[in-house]
Amino acid sequence: MKTKVKFAIGAGIIIVTLSCLAWVGAEQSKTYYHTIAELPTLTGSALNQRFRVGGDVKGGSIQHMSGRVDFTLVGEGKALPVSYVGTDPLPDTFKDGAQCLVEGKYMPDGRFVAEMVQAKCASKYEAAPTQGAPGANPSSSSPNAKSY
Amino acid sequence: MDLFGSYALLLAFLCMLYAVGGGIAAIITRRPLLIKSARNAGFAVCALVWLGFGSLLYLFLTDDFSMAYVSAHSNRNLATFYKIPAVWSGQEGSLLFWSFLLSIYVFSVLFTYRGKHPELMPYVGVVTASVQGFFLILNNFIASPFQIFAAPGAGGVMHLATQADGRGLNPLLQYPEMSIHPPMLYSGYTGFTIPFAFALAALLGRYPGEKWIHLTRRWTMIAWCFQSIGILLGAHWAYAVLGWGGYWGWDPVENASLMPWLTGTAFLHSVMMQEKRGMMRVWNVWLVFSTFFLCILGTSLTRSGAVNSVHAFAESKIGHWFWSFLVICIVVCLVAYLKNRDYLRSDNQLDSMLSRESSFLFNNLILLVACVAVLSGTLFPVLSEAVRGSKISVGPPFFNLVNVPIGLFLLFLTGVGPLLAWRKTSTESMRRNFGWPLVGGAVGAVLAVAFGLRNPYVTICVLLSGFVTLTVLSEFYRGSRVISARTGSNLFSSAAQLTMRNTRRYGGYVVHFGMVLIFIGLCGTPFNKDRQMEMNPGSVMALGPYTLHLQNFDTDQQPNYSSERATIDVDRGGKSLMMLYPQRRFYPSNEESGTMVAISSTLKEDLYVVYAGRSPDTNMPVIHAYLNPLVKWIWLGGVVVVFGTILALLPNRQAVLVVRPVAETSPAVQGQQTVPATYTARSQLPTSHD
Repeated sequence: MKTKVKFAIGAGIIIVTLSCLAWVGAEQSKTYYHTIAELPTLTGSALNQRFRVGGDVKGGSIQHMSGRVDFTLVGEGKALPVSYVGTDPLPDTFKDGAQCLVEGKYMPDGRFVAEMVQAKCASKYEAAPTQGAPGANPSSSSPNAKSY
Repeated sequence: MDLFGSYALLLAFLCMLYAVGGGIAAIITRRPLLIKSARNAGFAVCALVWLGFGSLLYLFLTDDFSMAYVSAHSNRNLATFYKIPAVWSGQEGSLLFWSFLLSIYVFSVLFTYRGKHPELMPYVGVVTASVQGFFLILNNFIASPFQIFAAPGAGGVMHLATQADGRGLNPLLQYPEMSIHPPMLYSGYTGFTIPFAFALAALLGRYPGEKWIHLTRRWTMIAWCFQSIGILLGAHWAYAVLGWGGYWGWDPVENASLMPWLTGTAFLHSVMMQEKRGMMRVWNVWLVFSTFFLCILGTSLTRSGAVNSVHAFAESKIGHWFWSFLVICIVVCLVAYLKNRDYLRSDNQLDSMLSRESSFLFNNLILLVACVAVLSGTLFPVLSEAVRGSKISVGPPFFNLVNVPIGLFLLFLTGVGPLLAWRKTSTESMRRNFGWPLVGGAVGAVLAVAFGLRNPYVTICVLLSGFVTLTVLSEFYRGSRVISARTGSNLFSSAAQLTMRNTRRYGGYVVHFGMVLIFIGLCGTPFNKDRQMEMNPGSVMALGPYTLHLQNFDTDQQPNYSSERATIDVDRGGKSLMMLYPQRRFYPSNEESGTMVAISSTLKEDLYVVYAGRSPDTNMPVIHAYLNPLVKWIWLGGVVVVFGTILALLPNRQAVLVVRPVAETSPAVQGQQTVPATYTARSQLPTSHD
C-alpha cells in the first residue's frame, strides 16, 4: 500500500508538471481558426489574436512586391486580401487556385498580414485538380474529381 | 482487368462474411470441420484481396487511363519505378493497400497457427476477418479504385472514355523514399491489428494464462519495427524533399503515426511485467486496444478533414465510416472487458519504488502522457470547438514544451530500468551499477558545454546519453566477461554469443542504444543556422565555417520534368570541399514545381542547400542554405534501432549443456547422494535479472 501511495505521488507530480508545461505551450502558440466570412464580424479583443484562415488563392491575384507577396484568398463567396511578409520562400504548391492556409494577424483595414502560408495542393497524396481537364468526367463522383 | 479486380474484391467481401459468420458458429458449436472451413474462408479473403491489389497494380503498369484512379495518379512519362508507389498515392488505392498488407499479416497468422490453439484461433480469425471486412466495405462500396471514365455517346448511352494521358503523380512523391515510406508505415498500422486480435480473442474466449502475450510478442515487434522505419523515413523524406530544413513539424499526420508508436512502445515494455510477475493484465489489454484504435484514428485523420494538415487527403465522406468503425471497436472492446474483467486479475502487487516494476510503470505512464499530449494537441481544434465554440489550434511550442522533458525522462529510464532488479533493488547495487556510467555521462556533458553546446536541455541530454550508453556497454561487458572466462574466447565473440543466447534482452539494449543516437541527433536542433540570399553567378555566401560560391545555372530536360540547377562550389578555410547542385523541377503534367535539396552530410553537421526560386523583385535566384548539426545521428540511430529489433526477433540459440564440476561436498552432507556434476544450461548465463 505504501509503495502504491509513493508511486501515486510520483505519477501525480509528473502529470501536474507536464500539464503546466502543456498549458504554457498552448497559451504561447494557440491560433484561432476563422473562416473568411467570420473575420469582419469579430470585435474587441478577439481581433488581437493570432488567426489561421483557409481559402483558395484567387486566380491571377498573386502579386510579388518588394518584401512581401500580396494575393487574395476566396472562400464562401467572400474575398480576403492577404499580404505575406514571412521570410521563408513560399511553398512550391502555392499557386493560383491552390487551397491555402494562412496564419497571422487581421488588420483593422481588412487586410490579413500572414507570417506563414501553407498551400495544400489538395494534399500530399491527391493529384492537384487540373483546370480544363479532358472532356470526360468520372462515371461516379470520386473524391479526386471534387473541385476545391 | 478492372472487372477482374472488382470481382475479386467483391468475392473477398463474401468470403469475409462467411469467415465471420462461420467463425462465430464454429466458436459456438465447436465443430472441427466448421472451424477449419471458417479458417479456409479467411485464407480465401486474403488471396482474393491480393488478386484485387495485383490487378490494380497491373492497370497502373499498363497505363490504363480508362480508369479514373489510374488517370488521376499516373501518366505515360512517369518512370516505371514510380508507377508502383502511384498505386497507393490516392485515397482509394491506399485503402486497398491497407487491405492488402493486412491480408499478408492475417494470412501469416492463420497459416502459422493452423491446427494449433483450437481454443483461441477461431476467435482470432473472427476478429481479423471483421477488421478486414471494414476495409473491404470501403474498397468495394465506398471508395472503389476500379471506377471507369464514361461519357454519354449517341442516344444517351454511356461509353467508355479512355483518356490520352493521366494527370501524373504528385511531384513531392517522385522521390525514392516515398516508395518505401508508405508501405513501411502502413505495415506498422496494419500490423498492430494482430496483437489487437489476439488480445480481444483471449479476452472473449477467456483464454487462460499469458499465452496470447507470448504468441503476439513477435508480431507486435514486427509492427513496431515497421512503424519506426515508417516514421523515420517520413521524417527523412520531409527533410530531403520539402526543403524547409527540418524533419519534424508536429503536423497532425506525423502525430498520427507517432501515437500508436508510443502506446506500442509502452506495450512492448509492460508485457514483461505480465510475463514475469503476472501484473498489469488489464493495462496491457487496454494498451493493445488503444494502439489499434490509434492506428484507425491515424488512418482516418488523414481522410476525414477533421483537422487541417498539409498532408491530409481531400475532405471526404469516408471520415464517417472510420469514426463509426472506431466507435464499434471501442464498444466491442468495452463490452468484452466488462463481461470478462475478472479474468484479468493481477497476481502480484508493486513491492518497491526501486524495482524493475516501478521503472516499467513510470515508463508506461510517461509514454502514455506523451501520447495523450500529442493526441490532445492534434485534436485541439476539434476539442476546443466542442468545448468553447471556437476552433483553436496549437503549434510546435506546445508539443516541444511537453515532449522534450518527457523524452529526457524516458532516456533516464532507459538507462536505469534494465539495471534495476525485479521486486526490489538495494542501494548498494544501485551504487555499483550506476556510479561509473553517471560519472561518464557527467564528463560528456562537461565536454559538450566546453565545445559550445550550451543549452540546458542539450546538457541534460548529453549527460543521459552518456549514462545510457555506458550502462548498455557495462551490461554487455559483464555478460561477455562471464562467457569469456568460461569459454576462453575473446570479448567480442563472447558478446556475440551472449546476444544470441538472449536475443530479446540484448537486442533490446541495442534498440536502446539506437534511441540514444537519435537523441544525440535531436540535440543539434537548438544550434541550427540558416541564411537566405539572392545570388548571381560569382556571388559568395558565408555560413558557419563554409563559403558557398555560386558558379552557374543550367537547365535540363527530362521526359517527365524540366529542371533548373545551380552549381555551387563549397569551400572551407580556402580549400575547395565539394560541389553542390540544388535543383528546381517543373512537372508539366500537373503544372507543379518541386525542390531537389542538395545535402552534404557528415556526422558533425549537414550543409543543406535549397534553390528557392527566383526573387520576384529582381528575378535573381534565391539560395537558402542551412547548417544543421548532428542530423545524421538520427538516421544512424534509426538503422541501429531496426538492427536491434531484428536481433530481438531472432530465436534464442539452443541451450548448450556444459559440465560444471560440483563443489566439494562438506562432511555434514556426506551421507547424502551426490551428483558428480550439475548440468547448467549455458543460455541461462549470466544469471542476472532478465
